[in-house]
Amino acid sequence: MSSGKPAAGGGTERSEYTTIFASLDNFDKGGVEIINDDARHYAFSNLFEVASKSKPWEKVAVAKNLEYVLEAVRAEGVSEWRTAAHDEFAVCMDGEVTVDLVKLDSSPLSADAQGSIAVNGEPAGKKMGRIHLKRGHQALLPAGSAYRFTSANPGVLMMQTIAGPDTQYRWAEICQTA
Amino acid sequence: MTVADVVRSTAPNSEGYFEFTLGEFHFRRDEYFVYISWPTGSHMMSVDAFLRAMQRDVAWDFFYGTVNFDGVFGTVNHYGTVDIFAGRFNDSYRKAELDYSENHETPAIRETFKSILADWTNAAFDPFASPHETGAAFGIKNGDNDSAVTRRRIAARRMVAVPGDEEIRTDESGFPVNRMFLDVDQSEPVVEVEPGFEGEVAAFNLFAYLSRSDVTWNPSVVSQCKDSLFCPTTEEYILPIIHGNDRVEWFVQLSDEITWAVEDRDTGAMRSRVTMKAGDVAAMPADIRHQGYSPKRSMLLVWENNSSAIPDLIASGKLPTYPIEF
Repeated sequence: MSSGKPAAGGGTERSEYTTIFASLDNFDKGGVEIINDDARHYAFSNLFEVASKSKPWEKVAVAKNLEYVLEAVRAEGVSEWRTAAHDEFAVCMDGEVTVDLVKLDSSPLSADAQGSIAVNGEPAGKKMGRIHLKRGHQALLPAGSAYRFTSANPGVLMMQTIAGPDTQYRWAEICQTA
Repeated sequence: MTVADVVRSTAPNSEGYFEFTLGEFHFRRDEYFVYISWPTGSHMMSVDAFLRAMQRDVAWDFFYGTVNFDGVFGTVNHYGTVDIFAGRFNDSYRKAELDYSENHETPAIRETFKSILADWTNAAFDPFASPHETGAAFGIKNGDNDSAVTRRRIAARRMVAVPGDEEIRTDESGFPVNRMFLDVDQSEPVVEVEPGFEGEVAAFNLFAYLSRSDVTWNPSVVSQCKDSLFCPTTEEYILPIIHGNDRVEWFVQLSDEITWAVEDRDTGAMRSRVTMKAGDVAAMPADIRHQGYSPKRSMLLVWENNSSAIPDLIASGKLPTYPIEF
């Protein structure tokens, strides 16, 4: 045990702590211990395990609450350009990912469209900027913009968005069932 | 209703604390305990546990669904009014017909609870802090800690770090890195913005932001996609309430580990134990209540659907209590 130091509450605590994050190469999954329930009701999965079995840039739902989803995305190489009519958010959970943003001259989506779609070819519009994400960084993907991710090495993104035509559902494969 | 309308005793008791009344509920404290009484019974809680639970109920403005202070006492949010109850979600109280509940306009219960929290929290105690970080709640009246119990609730309208929205946390803004997160990378993302898009190209270090949180078990909004709310929080020791859901909510464990004791929302019967490690994702069904245990300060993303239509759809059976059919 490491040496301790006095805590404000009167006890003694460790002099230093190690924060455990996970990665594509190093994750340790917990689980549901059922007493009187059905494990499927918890839809228990792990972001890194899902991404480890995904193709680059597949958008695999790991959580869903009516129309809203969280997607695990394996970031590897250069993604297609995508756009949504609403704000989306990307959290870099592992690796380093660059986000390029373009303000579309004309959105292919109606204002109330849900989820993101691919943009055909290069997006037409003004460059908005570029964001360099590392682990733990969160970026806004503004409504009406086109965005493209680049990741030299395999990484993981968690997307806060609305289910769209390219959202993949693999619940039986990714979730604890018993 | 304002603080001036709160019903309290005309003078403090022998320990220095005022007593409070809301409807037929009566509240008093002494050195160690809180005493709650109502027409069909009475109850005692450690003042330590009571103030930690009361702090969350007030800070969250009664949150989503049920806030059980323990297995007997708590509140149910109806978003405009709030039920205050004793024994309502306790099988024994229900079967003995000793359960009791009152409905109050939200401002009435809010102001009463805020007044209790302010009067009963001594100078050395911070109900938001972990046990290692604060002095004791016990003893006779000894000052107050208004700055701790009235912290501003953080709720980004779009995302933290977007100009005009909530700002990132820094040493200079009064948020040093927590002692258990000193190893968390503090570098902010590099953001290159073209002229004219300063308000739209934004990013921040979510993990650094959380490492600087000065509270435990207190979800705050960092980003909004319509009704989809990212409400991350830092957790240490035990969730001071047992949260009863009125909708499905989701957890994503961002760091370290939390174990959840999951019970039936209405009876308290155990249903499962959920152990979540970094990267794990789990739903909490709409008919359960849960309490978390975090051995080391950890980062948890609580993901909520803020739609006001959901509680009625769940209660009427038009929506299932679990999120995915597979």
